[in-house]
Amino acid sequence: MTSEPSRAGAPSVLVFDEARISYRTRADELNVVPGFSLSIGRGEAVGLVGESGSGKSTLAFAAMGYLGHAGRLVSGRILFEGEDMAGLSAGELRALRGLRMAMVYQDPMSSLNPVMKAGAQLMEVPMRRLGLGRDEARERALAMLAEVEFADPASILERYPHQLSGGQQQRVVIAMALMSEPALLILDEPTTGLDVTVEAAVLDLIGALRHCHDSAILFISHNLGTVARVSDRIAVLYAGELVEEAPAGELFEAPRHPYTRALFNCLPGLARHAAIEGDPPSPGARPEGCAFAPRCAFAKPGPCTSEPIALRASGERRVRCVRLPELAPWTLPVPAATTARAEPPTDRILDVSKLTKAYRVGSPLFGLGEGSRRVQALDGVSLWAGRGETLAIVGESGSGKSTLAGIVAGLELGAEGVVRLNGVPVQHLKVEHRPEALRRGVQIVFQNPDGTLNPSHRVGYALARALRRLAGVERRRLPAEVARLLDLVRLPRAYAARKPRQLSGGEKQRVAIARALAGAPDLLIADEPVSALDLSVQAAIVNLLSELQEARGMTLLFISHDLALVRYLADRVAVMYRGRVMEFGPADEVFSPPFHPYTLTLLSSVTARAEGQSEGAGEGPEGATLAVGCPFHHRCPYKLGSICRDETPPSREAGAEHRIACHIPLGELAAIGASSEEHGEENRDAP
Amino acid sequence: MSTGSPILPPGAAGEPLPRTAELATLWRLLRSPVGALGLALVAFWVAVALFAPLIAPFEPNANDYLALADPTPSGVHWLGTDNLGRDIVSRLAWGARTVLVIVPIAVAAAYAIGCLMGLLAGYIGGWADTLLMRLSDVILSFPVIILYMIVLAHFGPSAINVILAVAFTAAPSVARIVRGLTLDLSNRPYVAAARLRGESPWYVMFVEILPNARGPLIVDGCLRMGYTTIAIGVLGFLGLGLPPDDPNWGGMVKDTYALMSVYPHMSLIPCGAITSLVIGFNLLADGLREVAGDE
Repeated sequence: MTSEPSRAGAPSVLVFDEARISYRTRADELNVVPGFSLSIGRGEAVGLVGESGSGKSTLAFAAMGYLGHAGRLVSGRILFEGEDMAGLSAGELRALRGLRMAMVYQDPMSSLNPVMKAGAQLMEVPMRRLGLGRDEARERALAMLAEVEFADPASILERYPHQLSGGQQQRVVIAMALMSEPALLILDEPTTGLDVTVEAAVLDLIGALRHCHDSAILFISHNLGTVARVSDRIAVLYAGELVEEAPAGELFEAPRHPYTRALFNCLPGLARHAAIEGDPPSPGARPEGCAFAPRCAFAKPGPCTSEPIALRASGERRVRCVRLPELAPWTLPVPAATTARAEPPTDRILDVSKLTKAYRVGSPLFGLGEGSRRVQALDGVSLWAGRGETLAIVGESGSGKSTLAGIVAGLELGAEGVVRLNGVPVQHLKVEHRPEALRRGVQIVFQNPDGTLNPSHRVGYALARALRRLAGVERRRLPAEVARLLDLVRLPRAYAARKPRQLSGGEKQRVAIARALAGAPDLLIADEPVSALDLSVQAAIVNLLSELQEARGMTLLFISHDLALVRYLADRVAVMYRGRVMEFGPADEVFSPPFHPYTLTLLSSVTARAEGQSEGAGEGPEGATLAVGCPFHHRCPYKLGSICRDETPPSREAGAEHRIACHIPLGELAAIGASSEEHGEENRDAP
Repeated sequence: MSTGSPILPPGAAGEPLPRTAELATLWRLLRSPVGALGLALVAFWVAVALFAPLIAPFEPNANDYLALADPTPSGVHWLGTDNLGRDIVSRLAWGARTVLVIVPIAVAAAYAIGCLMGLLAGYIGGWADTLLMRLSDVILSFPVIILYMIVLAHFGPSAINVILAVAFTAAPSVARIVRGLTLDLSNRPYVAAARLRGESPWYVMFVEILPNARGPLIVDGCLRMGYTTIAIGVLGFLGLGLPPDDPNWGGMVKDTYALMSVYPHMSLIPCGAITSLVIGFNLLADGLREVAGDE
């Protein structure tokens, strides 16, 4: 398996030739990448997909010639512009990095210097690496900022990184990477930390840049949808091995390798999510034969588990599977019919009306400076959820979703408005002061699996404590009850003796769910419970949550920025933007016209991700400050005029339980919605 | 390796059977040269202190007037005698006992007070925070040695009063560290989860927050033992800390430094003892920090 030229005639910029990479640990050497071949040609974009721990980032760092002091290229070669990287000195490598090759990381702040203005950082590249003068460098920086679609590049030059939003920071980093016109641009999960609409804009930008620059792009992500949008070819990585490589179109039409198929089945919105059972093998415990065999639905003992499997090429596609000829063609799973709820429940377990909360940010220092600024976290929020329902709150970061959850749970207090739990007003009661029955009734599953469990406590202790406090279980019955809770979330009972650091992210989240369910709450708040997890794990956790909810008849308040997930789970949806509810109603009504323009923007950035183009580009919400007008007016494609800026939009009744806050009359909104859906259909029909 | 559970973190996969997290930490500490040297120095002095009655060949305060003619090291007095003919080995061993009893107790007392202050200030916040931290600022604004002198001059020299003086002066800086850690840790979701199940503030502070602050606190505790060793040496040298008959290293230097030009061993040997114990504590702290960084 030597390097094949990727396109006829085009010389390869980067070639991995049977690269075998391992990390030294104290005990022995862990083989992270057992042998990887891939080539990327000039002007070509290759997507590298895999779960966390699959070796994606290791390969990216290997391509940059930086594996740290523990990593090592054991055998094989990595060629950059035809030259073997192993033969280069440290100085030569340093000269390559940043000049001929550049890398963009997930967190833009890790690449930006917080105490330097964006302009100075951008100009550094041409001044120091290319030896240009100050004025020339400034001109280049301005041109590059314009190219990454900043409307006013000159003002960006003068800003410090913290004065830029997440999307803006990432665009500055991309501009910085492109300053020297590198031959190779590596993007390591560049949009993972960004909101949907911002992500769409950044992806479009990368897609556009690839056509005007001649750079080869290696785009790394765990998200198939993201990769599809910018790549010519896609390589799927599992446990350090390339399992499938194909042109993007072919791969999406018919994934061949069982792992690729399973990944597609995990995409939300298709069916009840099919999770992949089990975990990827750790580098030290790679099974014989096919690494995916233990989790594969098609694996056969013998051919799959004895010898290493070779890559088989057919046309432009390469697949690592011995059973390939025997596998039936992949078909899209049929979406499960959404079971309509029988009766609209009238019993409102959670009822929030006109809830307002403002934070004061920054206090004046000795009377100097700008003084304190009021940030409106919640502004007149009204919504409710019936018993046994799933209420989803959707919005980008900064929309006030988590503040709302905190007030409902009593972790912080609201300033004005009413929150009723089972009809009892609780907005003025911190959790410490709530009556026991109320306190037991509301539990939260948090976003960050790493912080959700106390690292000092064993799983068994955490669950036992919750059982004692929330359900009043007697001491001698605790072990049995802990075992029951672990069964409930499908974890082995032996996990009671583990500390959180011995658990994977998904397992931690399962324990957190078990802990929250210890006292059979009426209302379970899930604050982005899966956004930090791998796709295959996400599906399993979401399924678990919705099963448990159905079985126990509890109400689920599901907070998410992922519309596909929300569509699949929710009975009722509230769309929030900058502390206000833009649209609220039953899920099927919210997801069909008439739409609020903001809902439409969110929907188009999701569908476009699957289709490869977007409409709603622009900036995400920064700190919400305005008190009048529509908060969405400066991004709204259907803005009417000054009325949107100056007057608070009316709440229009689009249905018995469906409200839209917009100045545009419902009839027009319906028309806009219908036309954009048609437009979408046309796109889908086009080849 | 192939039988290893896939869930074990990669680093732990090949470690030779550390049963518990504590054993694993000790194992890693021993494998770090800095940590191992620090641990060896501290362990040496702890052993000397423990077995002082067996090690010391003479009573620490017994005067050997014959040796006064030549107080330098000899077959009888291995490290020589001091200006009053007292055996230096014996005084060193009993002095180790003094310092290694007072220092850990004093530091533990400082931690008990400092942790309580820091947790209250960081977790309760508001007026408690303002009150406790301003109080700390007042204490911290005095030079430490002057505070010692004020406390000891007022209460008189005794081991208990030395412990109180050290606890009084060190608690505010412990409180600051604990407060900072508490501010960070109390924003963790597991603290919110504890509040949601109705735990009392005391439970949250001592069971949810404090155990997770232990890493930096252990390192700081080690360094603080070093400072306190120096402080006790200084107090001994000034003749403030302990009754004159108690053998202590600082006092040994005080009694003999006038003879420095003639018999340097009399004061240099106790100086070396202080230095080696302080270095031991500091290296141990460095080693622990290194090990903590690995995790």
